Amino acid sequence: MIRVVLPAHLRTLARVDGEVELDVAGQVTQRLVLDALEARYPMLCGTIRDRRTGQRRAFVRFFACEQDLSHEQPDTPLPDAVSSGAEPFLIVGAMAGG
Amino acid sequence: MSGVRVLVGTRKGAFILKSDGKREQWDVAGPHFPGWEIYHLKGSPADPARLYASQSTGWFGQLIQRSDDGGETWEPVGNEFRYEGTPGTHTWYDGTPHPWEFARVWHLEPSLNDPDTVYAGVEDAALFRSTDGGKEWQELPGLRGHDSGPSWQPGAGGMCLHTIILDPDQPGRMFAAISAAGVFRSDDEGQTWRPVNHGLKSEGIPDPDAEVGHCVHHVAMHRSRPSVLYMQKHWDVMRSGDSGESWQEVSGNLPTDFGFAIDIHAHEPDTIYVVPIKSDSQHFPPEGKLRVYRSRTGGNEWEPLTKGLPQSNCYVNVLRDAMAVDSLDSCGVYFGTTGGQVYVSADAGDSWAPIVRDLPAVLSVEVQTLS
Repeated sequence: MIRVVLPAHLRTLARVDGEVELDVAGQVTQRLVLDALEARYPMLCGTIRDRRTGQRRAFVRFFACEQDLSHEQPDTPLPDAVSSGAEPFLIVGAMAGG
Repeated sequence: MSGVRVLVGTRKGAFILKSDGKREQWDVAGPHFPGWEIYHLKGSPADPARLYASQSTGWFGQLIQRSDDGGETWEPVGNEFRYEGTPGTHTWYDGTPHPWEFARVWHLEPSLNDPDTVYAGVEDAALFRSTDGGKEWQELPGLRGHDSGPSWQPGAGGMCLHTIILDPDQPGRMFAAISAAGVFRSDDEGQTWRPVNHGLKSEGIPDPDAEVGHCVHHVAMHRSRPSVLYMQKHWDVMRSGDSGESWQEVSGNLPTDFGFAIDIHAHEPDTIYVVPIKSDSQHFPPEGKLRVYRSRTGGNEWEPLTKGLPQSNCYVNVLRDAMAVDSLDSCGVYFGTTGGQVYVSADAGDSWAPIVRDLPAVLSVEVQTLS
C-alpha cells in the first residue's frame, strides 16, 4: 500500500480527506504512483504532470523521506520506505507567492 | 418570479450573487473553488441551469468546471487543450519567434441553442470547442492557422483570445477577438477566418492601420441587431455597422478613450456603456472618480454616470469581461472591479449600488436573467 499526500487544492478537487492509499504492483516508481493516482481520481489528470509528455508541472514538487525527489527520473524506484507504506509520497505545491 | 443570477470570477474563486427582479436584496454564495483564479463563468442560453467555469492556477494548470443546477454543485470536466498539429510560433514581445504555449482559458462561450456545445478562448490565442458538455475539447485550427498567425504578438496581459461572439441570425457566423491581433470573423462555423479590422488605428505598431496587430480589448453585439458591433480598443471606442467590415471611431467626448469593458443596453441597441480608464499603464479611473459613461446615440455623445459610485480616491480597474447587462424590463447593468466591488444599476445606469464590496479582484461578471 502506497500512501500519497496531496496538496490541499488537489484534495479538494479529488474530494478526499487526508492521505490517499494506492495499490501499486511491482517495483514502485513515481510514474506508477501517478498512474495509479490518476486512474483512481481522473480529475487530477493534467494537474500534476502534463497529460501527454508526463513532465512534472513546474510548480509541483515530489518529496519523500525528507528528500526532494522532484528531479528523479519517473522510472527510478522510490525509497523502500515509500514502497512499504512506512513513509508517504508527498505531492507539494511549490512555495510561491499569490 | 423573475430574477437574476450574477456569475463573478475573481482571482481567488467564483461567487454567485442572486436577487429578485428588484435587484435590491442579494444572496451571495461562494467562494466556489477558493484560491483558484476563475477567469470566466457563463451560463448556457439554452439551459440556464448549465454553467461553465474556467478554473486555473500556476501550480496545477487548467480545469473546466460544469454545473447542471445553476451553480449549486460543480463537476470537473475535460481539461486537455491540445493545439492541432505542430503549434509553430507566434511573435514575442521583442519581435522574435516564440512557441505557441497553452496557458489558460480566458473566456467560455456556450452555444446559443445547445447546452453541450461551448467554445473556449485561450492563451496563447486559439479557439477550442466542446460538443459534449466540456468533456473533450478540439481546437478549431483555422483561426490560429490564419496566414497572419505567426505575426501575432501578446498584449501586456498575454496573447489571449478573450472575446467570442456567436451571431444569432447567421448560425455559421462568429467573431473572435485577440490581444494584440484584432478581430477575426468566420462565416462557416469556425472553420476559416479572416481579420475584420479595417478602420482601426493603433499607436505602437509599425503600421498603425495594419490588417492585424491591434490590441482589441473587448467587443459587444446586440442580439436584435447583430450586424452592429461595438469595440473598446486599447485606445479608441469603435463602432462597426457592417459586421466588422469597417470600423469608425465613436470615442467622442469621453475623458479618455482607453478602457477594457464595453456593453450594450438589453433593449436599446444604440445605448452603450464603457468605463474610461487612465493609461498608459496607470489603469485606474481618471481623477480617482469611478464613472461609467453611457451613450444613447451609438457613441460620440457620452454622459458620465456617477450616482452611487465613488467620486474620490478610487483607483480600481474594470477588466474586459467584467461588465454585463440583464434583460429585465428596466435593464440592469453590472460591473466588477479589481478592488473587489461588484456594482449594480437597476435603472440602466442612472444610479448604482454595490452588491458586494470586498471580494478578491474581479476578473469577470456575467448575468443570467431568470424567469
